[in-house]
Amino acid sequence: MKRFLLAASFFAVLVLLWEAAYRARIWSPVLLPSPGQVVTYLQGAAADGTLAKATVITMRRLLVGYFIGLVAGLPLGLLTARWTLFRDTIGTMALGLQTLPSVCWVPLALLWFGQTEAAMLFVVVMGTLWSVIIATETGVRNVPPIYRRAALTMGSKRLHMWFKVILPAALPFIVSGMKQGWAFAWRSLMAAEIFVTILTGFGLGQLLHYGRELSAMEQVIGIMIVIVVIGLLADKIFFSPIEKFLHRRWGTSQA
Amino acid sequence: MTRAGRRHSSATEELQVIAPSKLAIEGVSKSFRSGSVPVLALDRVSLNVAEAEFICLVGASGCGKTTLLNIIAGLEKPDSGMVLADGKPVTGPGRERLVMFQEPALFPWLDVFGNVLFGLKLKPNLTNRDRCQVAKYYLELVGLSRFEHANIHELSGGMKQRVSLARALAPNPRVLLMDEPFAALDALTREQLYGDIQEIWKARRKTIVFVTHNVREAACLGDRVLLFSPHPGRIQEEFTVDLPRPRDINSVDLAAHATRITKALKSVGQAEAVAAK
Repeated sequence: MKRFLLAASFFAVLVLLWEAAYRARIWSPVLLPSPGQVVTYLQGAAADGTLAKATVITMRRLLVGYFIGLVAGLPLGLLTARWTLFRDTIGTMALGLQTLPSVCWVPLALLWFGQTEAAMLFVVVMGTLWSVIIATETGVRNVPPIYRRAALTMGSKRLHMWFKVILPAALPFIVSGMKQGWAFAWRSLMAAEIFVTILTGFGLGQLLHYGRELSAMEQVIGIMIVIVVIGLLADKIFFSPIEKFLHRRWGTSQA
Repeated sequence: MTRAGRRHSSATEELQVIAPSKLAIEGVSKSFRSGSVPVLALDRVSLNVAEAEFICLVGASGCGKTTLLNIIAGLEKPDSGMVLADGKPVTGPGRERLVMFQEPALFPWLDVFGNVLFGLKLKPNLTNRDRCQVAKYYLELVGLSRFEHANIHELSGGMKQRVSLARALAPNPRVLLMDEPFAALDALTREQLYGDIQEIWKARRKTIVFVTHNVREAACLGDRVLLFSPHPGRIQEEFTVDLPRPRDINSVDLAAHATRITKALKSVGQAEAVAAK
């Protein structure tokens, strides 16, 4: 409770400072709207359904792209960990492309796919895939050999070994890779939505983009806040429970 | 359990007459590369282990005793020679020969019960109820029933080794291979486990090959103690320990045996030092 109060007062102070900066008229109100104006915009957007619709569209793009990235990335990561041929080829490529900021895929996607859904999907998949491959590979490589040996003597082999020993042993790495993949997917989708200016199916990124076009600063800030909140919620709802479980089982943290 | 034990023992008495060894190690050699220098870890080692015998392999570290254990387990292949288990050549690991490693090697993603169940799940022709019952039985045997659902990291070192013992015993292997399983434990826990392992060995008629560098431990546990000499790894000498069981590691009779073996171990070390000069 005490922690909650402290955190709450921290954010309250932030909002007060913002309000004070607005009142002081240091910057033009066009550039810095008041917290109240942002809330008014969010209320309006929520009431006419724009916000809900945009969120649903964005989340759908994100989940589809993320899912494709995971489904392709996990097996590719396992292959790179298992065979040198894959490590030298796909592994090296993944390592290289992972360093490429995902927004760099946008120009290529625009030329290949035009202003389409496919362009956005492509960017999200590229954002997710490489980090999932690398995390899976690292995870598998870090499995202590003793687990394999112990399992071997108990009669585990091939698929059983992969699914009941190596994958679970690599789970902490794989989950942190999934989390990183999620963060990259989220970033790349926002980049894609801002640059791929389709006229139907507005996502949050597009709302952000048109907010800028219209110099509607309260919209820009409002949408940014929504994006932050979604990121936080995804972490708390999806990843935190998994991480808590891992920490408890492996004994890697006090929490 | 007593009835089963008696039935087994009469069977072994018969077996000792016709005596096909439980384990037959025939001229096993194995070398490694250490940098660019080849090291002969095992040089034509031969050894027969009878059914329900408790064999201890002792020697300085690096004398190839662990390598031999891994070869018996099927985790490593010999360069030449072969290992027969029940008269059949060993080609790979198998659950009739379970290994208990120096580190507990328990799976952190499973709880205590899940770990003991792991090997049982790989054993066909059992219902899940049977498997759970067997797992519970062995957890009881090692005195950890209360910790069934504990996570591995919550256990002490001694408890972890008990769980690994239960895990190794649960699929009912005829041969148990133990690689310095108690080396990392404190003296008190270790002594307790000496008692436990002798009891289990007697009750379940296992054939045990036990690797250690602790001479007293070897004298306490083994029917026979085989002394290894290093570079190249060979069986230097064999000692029979014919003390009644259960043996107490601190007993005077046992100390006499241990002294005899230690003396031999030291002379091996001296011979080696001279050879090195």
